[in-house]
Amino acid sequence: MAKVWIDGETSIEVEAADGVNAFNLTVDDKQIIVSAGQTILEAVQRVDGIGNIPALCNHPAVKPYGACRICTVEVSEDGGDKFKFVASCLYPVKEGLIVRTDTEKIRKLRGGIIELMLARCPNVKRIQELAEEYGVDKPRFVLGDQDCILCGLCVRACQEIMGKSAISLVNRGIYREVAAPFYAYELTEECIGCGDCAFVCPTGAIEMGDDGRPVLPRVKIPYAEVEAMMKKETAATS
Amino acid sequence: MVEQVRKLLEKRVESPAELENLRQSIAGKRDTSRTCISVCGGTACRAAGAEAVVDAFVDEIERRELQVQVEMKETGCPGFCERGPLVVIRPSKIFYQQVKPEDVPEIIAETVLGGRVVDRLLYVDPSTQEKVTYEPDVPFYKKQTQNILGANREIDPTNIEDYIASGGYSALSKVLTGMKPQEIVDEVKKSGLRGRGGGGFPTGKKWQSCLDAESNIKYVICNADEGDPGAFQDRALLEGNPHSVLEGMIIGAFAIGSHQGYIYVRNEYPLAVKHARIAIEQAMDYGLLGENILGSGFDFTVTIIRGGGAFVCGESSALMASLEGKIGEPKAKYVHMSEKGLWDSPSLLNNVKTWANVPLIINKGADWYSKIGTAGSKGTMIFSLVGNIKNTGLVEVPMGITLREMIFDIGGGIPNGKKFKAVQTGGPSGGCIPEKFLDTPVDFDELTKLGSMMGSGGMIVMDEDTCMVDVAKYFIEFLKGESCGKCTPCREGINRMSEILSRITQGKGKPEDLDTLEDLAGILSAGALCALGQTAANPVMSTLKYFRDEYIAHIEQKKCPAGVCRELIQYSIDPEQCVGCLRCLRACPTGAITGEKKEPHTLNQGLCIKCGACYDVCKFNAVVRQ
Repeated sequence: MAKVWIDGETSIEVEAADGVNAFNLTVDDKQIIVSAGQTILEAVQRVDGIGNIPALCNHPAVKPYGACRICTVEVSEDGGDKFKFVASCLYPVKEGLIVRTDTEKIRKLRGGIIELMLARCPNVKRIQELAEEYGVDKPRFVLGDQDCILCGLCVRACQEIMGKSAISLVNRGIYREVAAPFYAYELTEECIGCGDCAFVCPTGAIEMGDDGRPVLPRVKIPYAEVEAMMKKETAATS
Repeated sequence: MVEQVRKLLEKRVESPAELENLRQSIAGKRDTSRTCISVCGGTACRAAGAEAVVDAFVDEIERRELQVQVEMKETGCPGFCERGPLVVIRPSKIFYQQVKPEDVPEIIAETVLGGRVVDRLLYVDPSTQEKVTYEPDVPFYKKQTQNILGANREIDPTNIEDYIASGGYSALSKVLTGMKPQEIVDEVKKSGLRGRGGGGFPTGKKWQSCLDAESNIKYVICNADEGDPGAFQDRALLEGNPHSVLEGMIIGAFAIGSHQGYIYVRNEYPLAVKHARIAIEQAMDYGLLGENILGSGFDFTVTIIRGGGAFVCGESSALMASLEGKIGEPKAKYVHMSEKGLWDSPSLLNNVKTWANVPLIINKGADWYSKIGTAGSKGTMIFSLVGNIKNTGLVEVPMGITLREMIFDIGGGIPNGKKFKAVQTGGPSGGCIPEKFLDTPVDFDELTKLGSMMGSGGMIVMDEDTCMVDVAKYFIEFLKGESCGKCTPCREGINRMSEILSRITQGKGKPEDLDTLEDLAGILSAGALCALGQTAANPVMSTLKYFRDEYIAHIEQKKCPAGVCRELIQYSIDPEQCVGCLRCLRACPTGAITGEKKEPHTLNQGLCIKCGACYDVCKFNAVVRQ
């Protein structure tokens, strides 16, 4: 018999799971029994009051992606000898896994990531709340003025749920942004105006416009705009 | 058409015994005493004009009607890129370097026909000033162990018979005739071979998990997406000896039970793509690829996929995403690619060099192989030795050789009488190692301990005129441009590091910047999604660790000790030293230097753009850089 927690307050004495379709997991020193085939984040979120894992780029409706990294936790597969950092939204539950969701190290890491996000998007309410929770007051970097944290939820929702790809992540690195594929000037008829992208957006960077189509975050390098300008110039000179 | 098909069928080798017969008959047809002129056809020598040299040889041989006596061969790269184009006259192995087309008639007349050596084309050992006549005596080669690279110099990569004649595909025969998949994997495990692409993961372990993975479909992938600045050993192998890579892949495929392989190669390597394609076609013709290989009933084909040039696609999961036709972004590898990789099937991905090691291990045995190297790192490793070094090129050495031997004995040391400052190993994610660790043996674990890594084998040597902050900035800028942007730590963190480093090199750094850099490095190594992000801070961390005083000089004294960072240096003319030769005055692009002949010149700081042209041309040390 083992002491198993069914929520943050209540524990019961049951037979430990024997690892066929269920695993014994220790989350912040509390043992829980979870079904196989899910990620740590999914498993922990199902047990109220256990663990503290924030997540921004994760949504139950789409496949996990692992972009924002604030759901990072420490896990040990060898009974607690060695711990490593993993993204809980992607890491599959395993028998005997020990998970720590709120250690000093993790708070520092998450605080650092949130500082980077806050520097990029200083005006986003969700990020400000997280910054407060993790004790980040003012980023040490030059502040940006973006609303989008590039979690990719909108793009994945459009593709995975709607089966469309009206919006896309274009460019790479710091130049990455959400735009119409190939930087098209405006959304094509591929967009059916379902509003999924605006619904899943964790920062409110996408809103629905009056024409029933989403208004995307402002694009920094709109090739289409440059093209249009060049066309205008050629027209003027010829 | 029918005739063509028949001819094609004739080439097909139906069994290992037939392969042996073929090998004998090729050897029988060849006259080893016949003069063979081999010109290195690697990319570096081509850039130096090797193609024109080859054309000149062909013309001259035709003109003198020597086609029967003399064989002409364009080989792969033996590594001494510094001295290209390289020409070796076999069988005597007379070695000519920096050969120009106009030297060709003389070589033919003197060496080929007259048996005399053309003195002025010989290599002069810079340390002893002695001329070296024969290729094996060149000091650069003498201290190397070219187990993998060595074949490059003898083989025409576009002719499969050359490879077969040199014993090629005998490891494949051995495997197909008597080894069970588990035996092959055990042999690789026992050899101690570790992945040559960067991570150094034990190859045998990877093969085992791929063999154990249950699936009807498995893939074998060769990672030839070499993107590290200054590294070109994978290119040299794929260009110079593509069959050795193919043979390794076929053996790997047979071991894990795969029937489809891919070579993912950068499109920026046109010659490697071409030679790999020719090799695949020839191997298909000879029945070494395709259906029923050597009559064993085993089928395997290889397809070439050209990469679009994203650095991150050298990372295995991003490579596979790119191969699937998706955006080249890494994904988490909590389930290994060897269990769930390309199209979610078990996939065995190894670097070009790793694959090229496989036939060697099978042929000579794991015991022989594991005798080379150190306790944790077996075999030889090919490094590309570049930067401020006399002998730029590819160097193959046993693991465990010291950095000093590599840089000073093989590399010949630092040119222009400058002092050694640091060596950057492992590409952009590696670290800078200072002089006091020059006696460290080079292997996977030792380099990691120093805060650097083996990586793909890049080795950039830097002299005293190098600013380490500037070097860190260079690598961070590179990684900033190459980060895929998927995860926050890498995308935002590297960008912020680059901001801070730019500020420091402009003299606007703050003392707390160093702590911020260290914090960012911690976030990257613990939080980033893939190995590229996790190791991205290495150049910054290692320079901070070993050259912290340089950072402090930039921040506190607003000085760049090496005189590199433009915002922090000033040029002036020392009137005592200046003889008024007008050289600097003429070199200055902005007219900042004025003066009369034989009178000391003056430099107008307002007009100076700090290009350093005056400094470079002054022969009297009159231009001072502070």
